[in-house]
Amino acid sequence: MELSLATRTVGEHTVLEVGGEVDVYTAPRLRERLLELIDAGARHVVVDLGRVDFLDSTGLGVLVGALKRLRTADGTFALVCDKEPLLKIFRITALDQVFPLHPSVEAATGTGK
Amino acid sequence: MATVRLSFSPAPVHVRTARLVGVAVARRAGVREDLLDEVRLAIGEACTRAVALHRQYGLTDPVLVEMSDSGAYAVRVVDRAPIEAGIGLAALDADQLANESLNEDDLTTGVGFALLAGFVEDLQVRPVDDGVGTEVRMVWPVDR
Repeated sequence: MELSLATRTVGEHTVLEVGGEVDVYTAPRLRERLLELIDAGARHVVVDLGRVDFLDSTGLGVLVGALKRLRTADGTFALVCDKEPLLKIFRITALDQVFPLHPSVEAATGTGK
Repeated sequence: MATVRLSFSPAPVHVRTARLVGVAVARRAGVREDLLDEVRLAIGEACTRAVALHRQYGLTDPVLVEMSDSGAYAVRVVDRAPIEAGIGLAALDADQLANESLNEDDLTTGVGFALLAGFVEDLQVRPVDDGVGTEVRMVWPVDR
C-alpha cells in the first residue's frame, strides 16, 4: 500500500497520521513532510503509526532524525503505536528506549483518560 | 538449485517488489504464516542494504535475490560492492542511537542490521564466492 500522510492539530500538538508502507522508497516523503512541519514552527509533534503496515530501517532513521531535530529546538516528539509487530521492531532495535511510545493519540497528547 | 531468482537495478522503488516476491515464495514453500512479516522485513532490509551499497559506490549492476525451497526456505541477497564496505556491520545501543552526532545513514545501517540479526535466526553475511561483493543469506524453517 502507498504511503499516506495527513496532519491535524490536537491542542499544542501537531499530529501526523501515517499509513501504508514506510520503506527506502517512501521514507523520503515522510522526511520531507516532517521537515516542513518543523520548519513551519511545529514544536510538539506526534506521529501516529496506527495505519502503518510496514516500517523498515529507513523509516526508523527518518523518525530518529525528526526526534533529534525537535530536541535541539526545545520541542518534543512522540510516536503512537499499538501494533505488536511494529512494537517488536522498536524493541529489537532498542529504539523503544529512544522514542516516547504511546498506545493512542489521546495518551500522546495528554488529552485522554 | 534456486527455484526463483530476481535481479533488479539498484533503485529503492524495486525493493518493495523484492519483498512481495520473497513473501509469495515463502508462503508457497511452507514458511509458517506468523513468520511471514519477519520474512518480508528481513528481505526488505537485505535488499535496502544492497541498494544503498550500490548507490554509494556508483554501481549499476543489478542486485540479485535468490530464493530456494529445497529443505528449508533460503534467501540470498547478493550485492557487488567492495567487500570491506559490506562487512563490519554493527548493532547500535540506545545511547548511540540517540547521539546527536550519529548521521541518519549510519543510524539506518545500524538499525537495519539489528533488524536482520533480530528477526533471522539463521543469518550469514559473507563474501561472494565469485568476484566482488557480499551475500546476505537467510534461512527459515518450513512446515511440510
